[in-house]
Amino acid sequence: MREKELVLDQYNAKVYKNRKEHILQIDESAEDQAIAANSRSIPGIMTNRGCCYAGCKGVVLGPLKDALVLTHGPIGCGFYSWGTRRNKAKTESGENYIQYCFSTDMQEPDIVFGGETKLRKAIEEAMEIFHPETILICSTCPVGLIGDDIHAIASETEKKYGITCVAFSCEGYKGVSQSGGHHIANNGVMRHIIGTGDTPIEKKYKVNLLGEYNIGGDGWETERILKRIGYEVIAVLTGDGSVESLRNSHQADLNLVMCHRSINYIAEMMHTKYGIHWLKVNFIGIDATIQTLRDMAAYFDEPELTARTEEIIADELSVIAEARAYYHSKLQGKTAALYVGGSRSHHYQALLADFGISTVLAGYEFAHRDDYEGRDMLPFIKEDADSKNIESITVEPDPEKFKAFLTKEKYEELRARIPLDSYKGLIHDMKTGSIVVDDLNHFETEEFLRLLKPDIFLSGIKDKYVLQKANVLSRQLHSYDYSGPYSGFNGAINFARDLTMGLYTPVWKFVIPPWKNHSTLQASLAEITGGEEATC
Amino acid sequence: MLNLTPKKITPRTALRVNPCKTCQPVGAIYCALGVHRCMPHSHGSQGCVSYHRTFLTRHFKEPAIASTSSFTEGASVFGGGSNLKTGVKNVFDIYDPDMIAVHTTCLSETIGDDVGSYIMDIDLPDNKLVVHANTPSYVGSHVTGFYNMMCGFINYLSLNTKSPNGKIGIFPGFVNPADIREMKKLASMMKASFIMFPDQSGVMDAPMTGNYEMYPKGGTTKEEIISLGDCAKVLALGIFTSLEPANVLKRKCKVPYEALPLPIGIANTDQFIMELKKITQEEVPPALEEERGRLVDVMLDAHFYCYGKEVAVFGDPDTALGLTSFVLELGMIPKYVITGTPSDGFEKKAAELFDLFQVEGCMAKASADLFELHQLIKNEPVDLLLGTSYGKQIAKAENIPFVRAGFPVLDRYAHSYFPIVGYLGGLRLTELITCALMDQFDRECEDEDMDVVM
Ligand code: SF4
Ligand code: SF4
Repeated sequence: MREKELVLDQYNAKVYKNRKEHILQIDESAEDQAIAANSRSIPGIMTNRGCCYAGCKGVVLGPLKDALVLTHGPIGCGFYSWGTRRNKAKTESGENYIQYCFSTDMQEPDIVFGGETKLRKAIEEAMEIFHPETILICSTCPVGLIGDDIHAIASETEKKYGITCVAFSCEGYKGVSQSGGHHIANNGVMRHIIGTGDTPIEKKYKVNLLGEYNIGGDGWETERILKRIGYEVIAVLTGDGSVESLRNSHQADLNLVMCHRSINYIAEMMHTKYGIHWLKVNFIGIDATIQTLRDMAAYFDEPELTARTEEIIADELSVIAEARAYYHSKLQGKTAALYVGGSRSHHYQALLADFGISTVLAGYEFAHRDDYEGRDMLPFIKEDADSKNIESITVEPDPEKFKAFLTKEKYEELRARIPLDSYKGLIHDMKTGSIVVDDLNHFETEEFLRLLKPDIFLSGIKDKYVLQKANVLSRQLHSYDYSGPYSGFNGAINFARDLTMGLYTPVWKFVIPPWKNHSTLQASLAEITGGEEATC
Repeated sequence: MLNLTPKKITPRTALRVNPCKTCQPVGAIYCALGVHRCMPHSHGSQGCVSYHRTFLTRHFKEPAIASTSSFTEGASVFGGGSNLKTGVKNVFDIYDPDMIAVHTTCLSETIGDDVGSYIMDIDLPDNKLVVHANTPSYVGSHVTGFYNMMCGFINYLSLNTKSPNGKIGIFPGFVNPADIREMKKLASMMKASFIMFPDQSGVMDAPMTGNYEMYPKGGTTKEEIISLGDCAKVLALGIFTSLEPANVLKRKCKVPYEALPLPIGIANTDQFIMELKKITQEEVPPALEEERGRLVDVMLDAHFYCYGKEVAVFGDPDTALGLTSFVLELGMIPKYVITGTPSDGFEKKAAELFDLFQVEGCMAKASADLFELHQLIKNEPVDLLLGTSYGKQIAKAENIPFVRAGFPVLDRYAHSYFPIVGYLGGLRLTELITCALMDQFDRECEDEDMDVVM
């Protein structure tokens, strides 16, 4: 367990004590491999984490294209969460709020005397100009402190204008990361939106795609494959998603969970309330996609669907076969490190493996222990003060809308075979010696880079150029550096193409100028003098 | 694109849509990054600084370091004193900067954390320093945060030792590293001995060497900031950005200053050179005069495509005014001049420029947003849009040629490596503007109108 200690040893005692719990060097033979997660970052540490507001507005609510999402607070928070996540969204009507950033831009008097008047006025102006059918209000740090009652204003708005208006108290300081915000957003969406529609959907194989943010068009590529097989995607939460479609999402036969962290609350609540099972899926990676499609077929268990699934898999594979082989030849044997928010660090290991790349380090920015260790350990998570501050809601089975797709026996039988209502966690798929780090920080990034020397580091924008400056290829997994989609079969090829481009870009060869290269100098000297010591 | 923006303009007093400004701390961080071996530190919850680092990284395509006090709910209620104390210790332990520059966020401001007295209570390692500035985001904008942090450094460090250093201080304003480099070049050509503060050149455009350096070579040194108090004079470039710190330095150390516009365009650059000349009593070297001559030459060549074209300019107040001045010199009409930053005097300054060049039907507005700008354009279109990346949606929606300049430019590479200040900057702007106009013409003209010659 050398690398882990080499990094930790450089910390002062207090930091050491805290961080050692958050770093794990995998030993597959060990019985329980535990890691500390979802706890506070240490002050002074350059963490990559964001805040509750970022998780709520930035991740879950922001991409809802038919909702006017209003940030109540000073300008910054709204500004930064505007158009940076590449959750593409298309509408036929052209009514799309994604390109807009709405804020109350609070000024000093609003902080001193309260911001409620301004919020009401902002809603009035928004109604007059945009006539939205849904307004979602998200609060930022100062709002919670001065105590503006955004929930009262939301219900007032609903009555006054006859629209849907939901408030989210997602002040940045709540919880320890974005994760609290996901939870808050999930609660609000569950309470006020899901299940409120009553347009009957008379289709076979109805699914929702949850925790899919359509980064670079991922959701569309996934949907394309699903549709080819014959699935009906009712709602996506939330890339290219809409409030409209979410209202009817309770009619699905199955929920597909992509990002476990950001959406597991909704998946669970829909399970309890509407009887909809959820399946942990992964459309990132060729083999992972195939596995997921087979799991889905197993769930619906109809010969026709199963046959169609295999047919589409074969067809999609044949289309990419040549490219796949080519990129495999370019990429195999390389090593990668992964550091992203929630499930991506897990998902992408599958995709990397498709091309013969092994993962030497993986970490989550704001995961909980179940994201690492699997949901079976949920009962053992101790609640601390920070997680208690995030409301947990309990739901009851809905007497009219509850509908279980599987019989009890079938459920038990299936659950043993496929990840139904369960998730095994990242650690489960990692090899002995590789490293898992929770809340990987700037210092540790630099250190592990030195020790592990990965060829590729997949991470976010804040460390992208740190890595690149250290001579390591870095690609952003939150935004795909203007590329994508990376999901499904075609996406895998896009990803491999981007990595190949990155690794084989000739400019890498020019980083060190020729006059700095000692051996060249020696060689030429040796040539000139006819000596024997040329070493280059 | 932006299909929901109606043509009809209704007054808004509370709803901000598509802002043309952001919050103070990002400016404070950028300022602190222009100080050698300095770690910017955000006192608040970690979300803000995560956004700020992201945003700076996206603009510069460079790492932007900054640590945080990582508030949680407890600290928000009981105050962030202990978080700051632990934070400062850890930063010195782990990242070993010479100095930490603390700025506040909405959160620590609202609970009223007294950062100044917290700092006084901290035991610092030898030769290490902590400075601070208050940067509440419900006041001003990122520009405010930038100069507040400058004031913070001056307040803590600058000293009048009564032995003049014979230098001039140059406050470059909120500009790109390349602009600072260009200003330094001009000052050197005028044989001025100077202290540039802050100076992000070499930091936010550090060269690729294969080794990551947390603290690259550039940045104003601590000694230089101290020495600002012994300067003969300060040139405060960009009055909306640099006037306040110049005043603070004057009050504290009695250093006089001259406030000038950002040297964007010929007249503003001339003014900068004249001021340098006044101080150094040196002749303008032929090389510089030639540089100027080349710019005038190219602007004359290009006038045919620019003259009379209407343009919408938006961005930070000093940048927007500088760009306005420049497009006026090109014979263009700056129909709308918009800044999101609340600024007294912005509109007046713009109006003075309109008068000077005798253009009519132009308007300027501070505290405005891009939604408003778009609505104005929908009613009376322009031929060119000149401003930050956030103009691209308007440009697409209305099919207007678009030139990126100012802060932030998130969606293009290399922009921060080319100056827009000085004569060289003028050359760059002329190229960008004429190319944008001519590309649009070529793209849309009839086949028979497509010419290769000019
Ligand atoms: S809370 Fe304030 S300081 Fe933080 S990002 Fe929002 S506006 Fe900026
Ligand atoms: S994959 Fe990560 S970054 Fe993306 S939404 Fe999930 S948690 Fe957030």
